[in-house]
Amino acid sequence: MTVNLCGIELAHPVINGSGTFDVIAARRVFGAEVDEQFPFSAFVSKTITPQPRAGNPPPRLFETAAGLINSIGLPNRGLAGYLKDELPQLATLPVPLITNVMGSNADEVGQLFEALEGRGEIAAIELNVSCPNVKTGLDIGSDPGELSKLLAAVREKTTKPLIVKLTPNTANVALVAAAAEAAGADAVSLINTLRAFAADPARPGEAWLGGGTGGQSGPAIRAVALAQTVAVAAAVELPIVAMGGIASAANGRQFLDAGALVIAVGTESFRDPAAAGRIAAALS
Amino acid sequence: MSSDDHRVQAPFGAREVTVATAEQIGPYRVFGCSDELGPRPTAGQFYMLASSERWGAGSDERPYLPRAISVLAAGDADLSFMIEAVGPGTERLEQLVEGDGLRLLGPLGNGFSAPADGARAILCGGGIGIAPLAMMQQQLLSAGREVTALLGFRDGAHAAGARLIAGAQVATDDGSVGHQGLVTELLLAELDRDSNAVIYSCGPPQMLDAVRAIGVARGAATQLALEAPMACGFGACYGCVVKAADGSYRRSCVDGPVISADELAPDWLEVGGVK
Repeated sequence: MTVNLCGIELAHPVINGSGTFDVIAARRVFGAEVDEQFPFSAFVSKTITPQPRAGNPPPRLFETAAGLINSIGLPNRGLAGYLKDELPQLATLPVPLITNVMGSNADEVGQLFEALEGRGEIAAIELNVSCPNVKTGLDIGSDPGELSKLLAAVREKTTKPLIVKLTPNTANVALVAAAAEAAGADAVSLINTLRAFAADPARPGEAWLGGGTGGQSGPAIRAVALAQTVAVAAAVELPIVAMGGIASAANGRQFLDAGALVIAVGTESFRDPAAAGRIAAALS
Repeated sequence: MSSDDHRVQAPFGAREVTVATAEQIGPYRVFGCSDELGPRPTAGQFYMLASSERWGAGSDERPYLPRAISVLAAGDADLSFMIEAVGPGTERLEQLVEGDGLRLLGPLGNGFSAPADGARAILCGGGIGIAPLAMMQQQLLSAGREVTALLGFRDGAHAAGARLIAGAQVATDDGSVGHQGLVTELLLAELDRDSNAVIYSCGPPQMLDAVRAIGVARGAATQLALEAPMACGFGACYGCVVKAADGSYRRSCVDGPVISADELAPDWLEVGGVK
């Protein structure tokens, strides 16, 4: 069941959601078995920003019914650290590499695109315009006009396939997807986490999470993700990478039937790092 | 199997095992399971555990994520764990009886390292945190090392757990068993006698922080096994961070759970550690 995503050959339709699987840490924990049994047909990096980010203060997690709320805050070593320390390790993966990036304005995004352009190890770029727990990612992806302006300014700075990761925290995700298509995106991915608040049980009215609000993921958001996938599939011709609470092959099949070309597993990998491999095997 | 010094690597993916024994020790549940597919862990490592059946739909419709639980003891092909019910996940794990299925991932994390040649080991911990110390005691005794164990509990009922660590001196908050007061008072007395001892600690956050402060102030090599809520246990979620002395955040699951006292930021508790 091979898939062609923007010219990238994938052995099966299951990849990871950005920021839900750290290959470098997994190799420390599981050794060579990670690469030998790699569960995803492409690997999407965590979000890389121009400058290093420490991430949000703990606590960063709050378990909910069928899922969790996170407020991680996109910790990463920054563009230079990614290129120097992480890319050489990711380049040895047995699958294509998709690098996820986020900038707070067109200049930053353009800088990221230009820096990745000459790196043959990177098969595609995923642009994060949607992370709800970081101020810089919020506005652009929730507004079709803002997204159009950003993409118009940066699209020509990369020849790599460009996947735009949409935010679900918007009035009309189909309009945003259509704006991405018109402005030159090669694919869209959805959904990112839904903005959510975890109330501190011991301090009424106060936030539990160190970062304030967070993003809900897991099976709790699957039906919302499916609805947005249906809406986007009706609005654009672009390939769709769909995700949101996929925990089984049956779940994944629903997203493929709704019009997705590729599906991503995220939170379920936290419960079992090999989950995506089982889902891919059951789909084939 | 080992890549880091004190880390035994895990098979990739969660596996199903069967609970073979279950025993109540005071308020704690201790259960054993066979684990023929996994390697033998080292003290201080942990596993992510979930029951095979009825994981979910407990209080608040939880648990959803597996729970990070220190390994208490390990044989050639079996593991045991110690549980105290403090929420929907540990409540469900506590209900496990012989024959029940258990989903586990591990061993995970970076364990304790042996004391320098000739140095005595002081195990100082309390509550549910005595689990990794019990395994460390076994490892040290097998290696012919000298070990002193100091354990703190809130009351006599909880102090029943002390039987998992042979020869332990006990302190209780209410004085119903052993020394009335804090286990750190016992620790200071031991350090007065032997300033070269190496401290191994695991316990409630405030106790761990008190041990950290003592270790740093006395210049004693101090290894702390941290407990933090975590979604994955293998470095993926970045949810279990603690503030390090250099100001960075470190993942308890892969950079710990064992961390040297001087590597932890003095204000690590204030930065969300006990929220």
